[in-house]
Amino acid sequence: MASRVIQFREALREAMVEEMRRDDRVFLMGEEVAEYNGAYKVSQGMLEEFGSKRVIDTPISELGFSGIAVGAAQNGLRPIVEYMTWNFAVLSLDQILNTASKLLAMSGGQVGCPIVFRGPNGSAGQLGAQHSTAFENLYANIPGLKVISVSNPYDAKGLLKSAIRDDDPVVFMESEVMYGEKGEVPEGEYLIPIGKADVKRPGTDITLVSFNKMMKVALGAAEELAKEGISAEVIDLRTIRPLDWMTVLESVKKTNRLVIVEEQWPFGSISSELAYRIQKEAFDYLDAPVRRITSADAPMHYAPTLVAAYLPDIARTVNLVKESMYLNK
Amino acid sequence: MFVSTKTKDATRFTKETYLYWYELMLLLRRFEEKAGQLYGMQKIRGFCHLYIGQEAIAAGCMTATRPEDPFITAYRDHGLAIAKGISAKSCMAELFGKATGCSKGKGGSMHFFGHKERFFGGHGIVGGQIGPGAGLAFAEQYKGTDNVSLTFFGDGAARQGVIHETFNLAMLWKLPVVFICENNYYAMGTSVERTSNVIDIYKLADGYEMPGDSVDGMSPEAVHESVARAVKRAREGGGPTLLEIKTYRYKGHSMSDPAKYRTKEEVEEYKERDPIDYTLGKLQNEFQVSEEEIEKINERVKHEVEEAVQFAEESPFPDASELLKDIYVQKDYPFIMD
Ligand SMILES: Cc1ncc(C[n+]2csc(CCOP(=O)(O)OP(=O)(O)O)c2C)c(N)n1
Ligand SMILES: [Mg+2]
Repeated sequence: MASRVIQFREALREAMVEEMRRDDRVFLMGEEVAEYNGAYKVSQGMLEEFGSKRVIDTPISELGFSGIAVGAAQNGLRPIVEYMTWNFAVLSLDQILNTASKLLAMSGGQVGCPIVFRGPNGSAGQLGAQHSTAFENLYANIPGLKVISVSNPYDAKGLLKSAIRDDDPVVFMESEVMYGEKGEVPEGEYLIPIGKADVKRPGTDITLVSFNKMMKVALGAAEELAKEGISAEVIDLRTIRPLDWMTVLESVKKTNRLVIVEEQWPFGSISSELAYRIQKEAFDYLDAPVRRITSADAPMHYAPTLVAAYLPDIARTVNLVKESMYLNK
Repeated sequence: MFVSTKTKDATRFTKETYLYWYELMLLLRRFEEKAGQLYGMQKIRGFCHLYIGQEAIAAGCMTATRPEDPFITAYRDHGLAIAKGISAKSCMAELFGKATGCSKGKGGSMHFFGHKERFFGGHGIVGGQIGPGAGLAFAEQYKGTDNVSLTFFGDGAARQGVIHETFNLAMLWKLPVVFICENNYYAMGTSVERTSNVIDIYKLADGYEMPGDSVDGMSPEAVHESVARAVKRAREGGGPTLLEIKTYRYKGHSMSDPAKYRTKEEVEEYKERDPIDYTLGKLQNEFQVSEEEIEKINERVKHEVEEAVQFAEESPFPDASELLKDIYVQKDYPFIMD
């Protein structure tokens, strides 16, 4: 298939536009999505194409408009709700956790909630404590939801299309700092299945697992390690719930070592979950304990020195890989 | 409940009051202009929201309250923080992310705090400070003081659900709080008209039978009078008031907003009513304050801002060891270190 290089935000836009052309039950709702063309210009031009019935500006009322979207999903529509960032979606957590995720169960299978909640997640520079939380593990803890967290334009488009077509509520996480990044995306239509991890770089000595913008750290570390003759296999989870641990397991059977890089806080994180699964399923294959690099066990501070100390980075990842290969000291 | 705040006799404020207003507003203006410049030079990072145009609110609120009265606001917090007495030096250092900043460089532009100055932040989630603002008042009532909480929020924040629960509780318990909606007509790119059927935000008070008032926010006198009235009621046990103070931000929402959603003419219209120019005119024409006296103030302000920048420049960044400090009060909290 022919492809071209487009920005992350364009890939997301294409996914929404194509699905809205395909299915008139799909609409987009959120703060500044219409007239302002999106706080991060993801929805640029969509108001023009679809009109204000389907590209809807809301006031700053996250709980209110999320509730309305959840109700609309119960009653036959397929909303896409954009949050300016996931930090602000905390106000809607009641609707996502207490309503959307539980409707099907509570109604004995009668009433579902086909809805996509999407927006940028995690830190984005020196934005201080209230604008910097990475929420994948929090939402992944909720049965009834699916959670996707993407790292590049190709995956973003294919997975967002699948999310919009999915009949269950999907939490879809992007990143402010990646919207301008470019990548190859096919001309024609394609879908990427939810729940499938992707080996982004094959290798034999160690398995590195990551997702969202921390994939840059994992791939960067693999690059550094290659210079020293260490071959790291890098896996992008892409979907957090359901977690494709089988792909990780297959890799670990080959490399016998696992390091996870994520932006979550450490307690009850994706690495905690994955470490449990891998020690259970691959205990006899492991040549070293499963290790991880997370954000610090703290809110993110503003100062540049403290941002640097807070986030996972390539140097620390390289070092940890070496520790897990017993190459240090 | 509409109560007109038109000052019947605007000349009844003293010369000293106008001098104080002028110097304070000029300081806020120059501080923000400098912050804008330094943001362009990447000395200041993250989100940065300037207070330029809204200074009369800070001025009027200061003369209508006492130092013990707690203030709390959103992320557009530089002006109120400085007004409340946090030094320009420590505010500028905070913008730089330096250890000498008013939040030790940990908060940044959106999270200025000054416990000593009774300034309770600097909050980044729109509407998030409205409940806590009433909570400050609850504590004053509980402790038996007659202090009054001034709780600031934007026109955009007025559309968050929390406002209704907080108004109801504040009225139910007659909390000593003045809710101040700084209506600058826009929440990012969204004008007030596009957010509700109720354009007069002060009318939201009606649903709770709370006194509500619309105020000219370009006039320090009008702000003072309406806030003084509301504060008096709260001090005497009369409970909360909602003041919708109509103002304007001359700059974009934050440093990254080109503000294409409004016209140049609209901005100019407000600049013609600039509160600093107005106060200066008052001083010169009604109080015969001399050119030299004005120049002295201007110099003082200029110096204060320059000194603040130098202080921020020369201060150190927080050490990486600060990462796990100020997370818990408990000194030996067992963090997950891996
Ligand atoms: C809950 C929440 N939603 C969205 C945002 C993003 N945001 C930051 S400021 C802002 C506009 C707020 O406008 P207003 O309350 O009028 O205050 P102003 O900026 O005009 O002072 C928005 C939407 C946020 N910080 N928090
Ligand atoms: Mg506003």
